[in-house]
Amino acid sequence: MADSVYKFHGGLHLDEHKAESLTQPLQVASLADEIIIRVSQHIGEPNTPVIETGDTVKRGQLLAESSAFVSAPVHASTSGTIKAIEERAIAHASGQKAECFILIPDGKDEVFEQPENSYQKNDLQKSDLLAMIRLAGIVGLGGAVFPTAAKLTTAIKHGIKTLIINGAECEPYITCDDVLMQNNAADIFKGITYLQTILQPEQTIIGIEDNKPAAIQAMQQALADTSLANTRVTSIPTLYPSGGEKQLIKLLTGLEVHSSQLSFEIGILCQNVGTCAAIAKAIDECQPLTSRIVTVTGPGVNNPGNWLTPLGTPVSHLIQLAGGYKVKQPKLIMGGPMMGLTLESDQIPVVKATNTILVLDHLDQPEVNECIRCGSCTEVCPVQLLPQQLYWYSKTHQFDLTESYHLFDCIECGCCSAVCPSHIPLVQYYRHAKGEIWQQRKNTYKSDRARKRHEFREARIARQKQLDEERRQQKREALAKKKAAEQATKATQSDNSPAGQTVDAVQAALERVKARKKAQQVDPKNTSNLTDEQQRQIDEANARRNKTTADDA
Amino acid sequence: MGHDTSMLVLIAVLTLSFIAGSFGLILGYAAIRFKVEGNPIVDQIDAVLPQTQCGQCGFAGCRPYAEAIAKGEAPINQCPPGGESTIVALADLLDTEVLELNAEHGEHSEVPLVAVIDEMNCIGCTLCIQACPVDAILGSAKHMHTIIESECTGCELCLPPCPVDCIDMIPIKQTLADWKWPEPKTLSPNESTEMTHG
Amino acid sequence: MTTPSSPYITPSASTNRLMLNVIIALVPGSIAYIWFFGVGLIVNLIFAIGFALLFETAILLLRKRPLKPYLTDYSAIVTAWLFALCIPMHSPWWLIAVGIGFAMIAGKHLYGGLGFNPFNPAMVGYVVLLISFPVEMTTWYLPLQISADSLNIVQAFSYTLGLVDIQQWDALTSATPLDQYKTSLGLNMMISEIKQSPVFGDFAGVGWEWIANWWFIGGLYLIFTKTIRWHIPVMVILGMLIFSVSFYIVDPDSVASPGFQLFSGGLMLGAFFIATDPVTASTTVKGRLIYGFMIGALIFVIRRWGGYPDGVAFAVLLANMSVPLIDYYTQPRVFGVNPPEDH
Repeated sequence: MADSVYKFHGGLHLDEHKAESLTQPLQVASLADEIIIRVSQHIGEPNTPVIETGDTVKRGQLLAESSAFVSAPVHASTSGTIKAIEERAIAHASGQKAECFILIPDGKDEVFEQPENSYQKNDLQKSDLLAMIRLAGIVGLGGAVFPTAAKLTTAIKHGIKTLIINGAECEPYITCDDVLMQNNAADIFKGITYLQTILQPEQTIIGIEDNKPAAIQAMQQALADTSLANTRVTSIPTLYPSGGEKQLIKLLTGLEVHSSQLSFEIGILCQNVGTCAAIAKAIDECQPLTSRIVTVTGPGVNNPGNWLTPLGTPVSHLIQLAGGYKVKQPKLIMGGPMMGLTLESDQIPVVKATNTILVLDHLDQPEVNECIRCGSCTEVCPVQLLPQQLYWYSKTHQFDLTESYHLFDCIECGCCSAVCPSHIPLVQYYRHAKGEIWQQRKNTYKSDRARKRHEFREARIARQKQLDEERRQQKREALAKKKAAEQATKATQSDNSPAGQTVDAVQAALERVKARKKAQQVDPKNTSNLTDEQQRQIDEANARRNKTTADDA
Repeated sequence: MGHDTSMLVLIAVLTLSFIAGSFGLILGYAAIRFKVEGNPIVDQIDAVLPQTQCGQCGFAGCRPYAEAIAKGEAPINQCPPGGESTIVALADLLDTEVLELNAEHGEHSEVPLVAVIDEMNCIGCTLCIQACPVDAILGSAKHMHTIIESECTGCELCLPPCPVDCIDMIPIKQTLADWKWPEPKTLSPNESTEMTHG
Repeated sequence: MTTPSSPYITPSASTNRLMLNVIIALVPGSIAYIWFFGVGLIVNLIFAIGFALLFETAILLLRKRPLKPYLTDYSAIVTAWLFALCIPMHSPWWLIAVGIGFAMIAGKHLYGGLGFNPFNPAMVGYVVLLISFPVEMTTWYLPLQISADSLNIVQAFSYTLGLVDIQQWDALTSATPLDQYKTSLGLNMMISEIKQSPVFGDFAGVGWEWIANWWFIGGLYLIFTKTIRWHIPVMVILGMLIFSVSFYIVDPDSVASPGFQLFSGGLMLGAFFIATDPVTASTTVKGRLIYGFMIGALIFVIRRWGGYPDGVAFAVLLANMSVPLIDYYTQPRVFGVNPPEDH
C-alpha cells in the first residue's frame, strides 16, 4: 500500500450503505419458475435467436448470437423448455420492451456438453483464449457490458503496457464485487493470468477502494499464492467515482486518457474483477456466462445480501430470497443509487449488467429551483466540467455550445445532481442534450445523403436530356445531309456521274452480307449414322433456313 | 469674436472630417483584408433544410426553396418536414424573427415516416420510380418495385402517381437505440423558449 | 411514462437553506449596527423586506409564475437586508420603495428572475438611489456613543414615514468616516489632522470598525457552512491590502492606513456578503480569484480617486459586468482535454 496513488478532480464522499448486504454470506439463488433471458445483453450489434419456441435446452446451450465483431452470444442459464420468444419488460430507462426467451426450468439443471473444440487445454494460444472468451458470451461486468473479446482484440493491436483490474466498486450499496473478491479471489487471479497471456502487459494493478479491507486482504493472499510477476493489489481512497475507468486509470497510473481516446490507445486496459472470474470459468470449465453475483439491498428489503444468480431470474424471485419487501411501495433500482435506473416492475429479469437490485422505500422528488450558479457542481465534477454552463445551454437548446463545453466528456456519474442545492436533475439535462445531438447528427447524415442523391438524380436527368437533345440534333443533321445529298444526286444524275456506281456499291454490299451469312452457316455436325427420320428433319430445317435467308436477301 | 467662432467651427469640422475619413479608410481596409470567405447564403440555407425534396413548400425541391429564401421571395415557414427546429435554425442563420409554420403547406409530423410498397399489389408501372426525388425506389417495368428504407426521405411524392394505390407511409420503427431521454420538466414551462433569444 | 433519471440521492443542501444561512450570518453584524447606530436599522429592514416581498409577489403574479417556490427561497429577503444595510438610517419610506423597486424589477425580474440577473440586485437599487438622491443618501447619523441624542423606535418609524419634521434631528447627522476623509483630503488636510475628528476610533470609524468585525465573523460562518467559498472574500481583502499597503508606504500622509480601509465602509460586508452573491459572481475557481481581486482593487481605486467616498457598490457592479468574460477565459481544463505531457 506504499504505492503512490494519484488524484482526480472533485468526487464525492457518499454514505456507503455497504454493510447491510454484507451481513450474510454469499448464497446461491434457487431457480425461479420462469427464467427470462434477454436476446441481446451487450453493447453492440443485436443478437438473433438460434433456438426456437418449444426447444429443450440445457445450461450453457447457445440461445442467440450475432456474427458482428462487437457482439456477445447469450446462453441458457439452466435446463428446461423454451416456452416462448416474446417481448418482455426489461431494464431500460425508456420502459420499452425487448425480445426475450422464456425458459421454463425442468429443475434438473443439466449441463450442456459444449461441442468438442480443438484447443489443447495445457497449451492455449492467444487466439484460442480470445475465441473461448467470445464463445462464452463474456461482457464487461462492471456495467458497461461491452463484449470482452472485442475489447481485448482491439487492445492487442495497440499493445498494452498496463492491465488494470477494477475492484473499486465505488457506488453506495453495491457489494457484489466485494463478495466476489472475498470468496473467489483465486478465480479472479486465474482470469488475470489468462488476460496477461493475451495482452502481455508490463504491469498489472488491481485497484480496490480502502473501504473493503477484507477484499483487499483476500486478494493479496490470493496474489501471494500465485506466481504472477509485476502484479500488485493497490488500495485507493474511497471517493466516488473512483471506479470510473478513466478516473481509476488516473488514480493508479497518473495518466490521463484523452477525451477523444479509449484507454487502450495509451496502452492501458481495464477489466472488472467479475469479468476476470467469468473468463476463468469460461476457459477452465468451458462454461459460458450464465450467472453472476447480484446484490439485493436497500431500506425496502428485509434481508439484504448477495446471491449467485442465474441470468434471467426475475427480480421478484430475488426479492423473495431476500425476505420480501419491507415497505408497501418499494422503488426498485437496478444498479447503484448514482447511476442505476428505476424498474417499473419486479418482473424484469437479471441481465449480465445487473450488479445490484436496490430497493428504496421512496424516491425523493424535491422541488426544483432555478440555478443560482453556486458552483457546487463544478467542485465535485470528476471531469472538471462546468455543469452549470452545460445545464444552461442544454436547457436553452444551444446544443452546439454544450459540445464546446465538452458535454461528451460527461460520464453521467451524478455527482453534480447529488450536490445541487436547487435540486436540478442535471444529469437528465445532459442525457437529453446528448440524445438530441445524436439525433441531429443522424438527421444531418441523412439529409446530406438525400441531397447528394437528389443532386445526382437531377444531374442524371439533365445529362439524359442533353444526350437526347444531341441525338435528335445528330438525326436532324443526318437527315439534312441526306436531303442535301439526294438533291445533289438529282442534280448530278444528268451528268451521268457516279450515280450508277452508288447503286453498284449498294448491290455489292448486299452481296457481301449474303456471302458472310452463307459462310456463317453452321456446318452440319454428327451427320454419320443418321436415321431416315433424322435426315428428313434436318432437310426440313435446312429448307426453312434457306428460305429465310432468301427472304432476307 | 465672429472670427474666432468661425475658426473654431472650421477646426471642429476639419478634425471630425479627418477622424471620419481615417476611420472610413481603416474600415474599408479591414473589409478587404479580413474578408470572410463564407458559404454563399444559398448553400447555408440549403444545409439547414431537411432535404426531403418533397416540394410542400411550393418549390421544386429544397435547393430552389433555399434560393427563394435567399432572394427574399419566400418566408422561412414553409417547410413542414423541418418543422419548428428548421424554422428556428433559419431564423438564427438569417437573423430574422421565428415564425409559426404556415399550415397551408402541411403539418409537421414528429414521427419520421417512410414509404412502403405493398409488393403484392405492385404492377410494376415505374411511375413511382420516376417520381422519387432521391432514387430510393428499385424496380423495372413489369417487375415488382421496392423502397430502400434507409434512403427514403418520406416526401410522399410517390403516393399520387401510383395507379393501384399500393404505397403506404408508415412510421419508422423506434428501437431502444433511437430512444432519447426526454427533457426534464422545468420550473416554469415557458422559460426555455424565452431564454433562447436572451 | 419514462423513469426519472439517476442519481436517486437527494442533495442535503437547498437554495433556501443557503439563503437562510446568509440571513443568519447577517444577524450578528446587524445587532452590532443597531448597538452603535440605533434602532433606525430595524425600521429600514422592516420597510425594505416589506417592499421587497410586495414587489416580488406583484411581479411573479404579472409573470404568471408560481408564488410559493420563489417566495420561500428567501432571496428577496437577502436582497432587502443587504439593501437596508447599505442605505443610511432614517431614510424616508419612498426612498426605500424606489431603491427596492429598482432592485427587484430592473435588477432582478427584468432579466428573468433569480438566477438570471447579471447584476447584484441590492447594489443596483443602492446605486440608483446614490446617483439620483445624493443628499438623502449621504445623510448619515453619528454613532450613539458620540451622539448627543438618539431616536427611539417610534420616532424612527414616524421619521421614516415622514410624519415628523426632518429638521429637528439635523444635529445628529454627520459624514461617514470615509466621507470625511474624502472631503478633508480634498482640502489638502493631512491624515493625522483628519484623524482628530471624533468619528474616528482606534483604527477606523467609531462603531464601523466593530460592525466590520462582526461581518467578518458572519463571513467565517458562511465559509464554514459552505454557503460561500473562501476565494472571493479573501481576494477582495487581498486586492484592497495590496493596493492600500503599497500606496500607504509611499505616501502615509494622504493615504488612509490599510487597517482603516479594511474596516471602513462596506468592504467587509461587500467581501463576504455582496461580492459572493453566487448568481452574479464568477463560478470558476480561477475566475473567483480574479473577480474578488478586481473588486478589492476597484474599491481602493474608487475610494482614492473616484467621486464617491466608498466604492463597494460600483466595484461589485463593474466586476459583475466582467463575469461572463472572466468565466469564459478561466474555464478549467477538462479531464482528458489537452492533458499535460508529464504528470
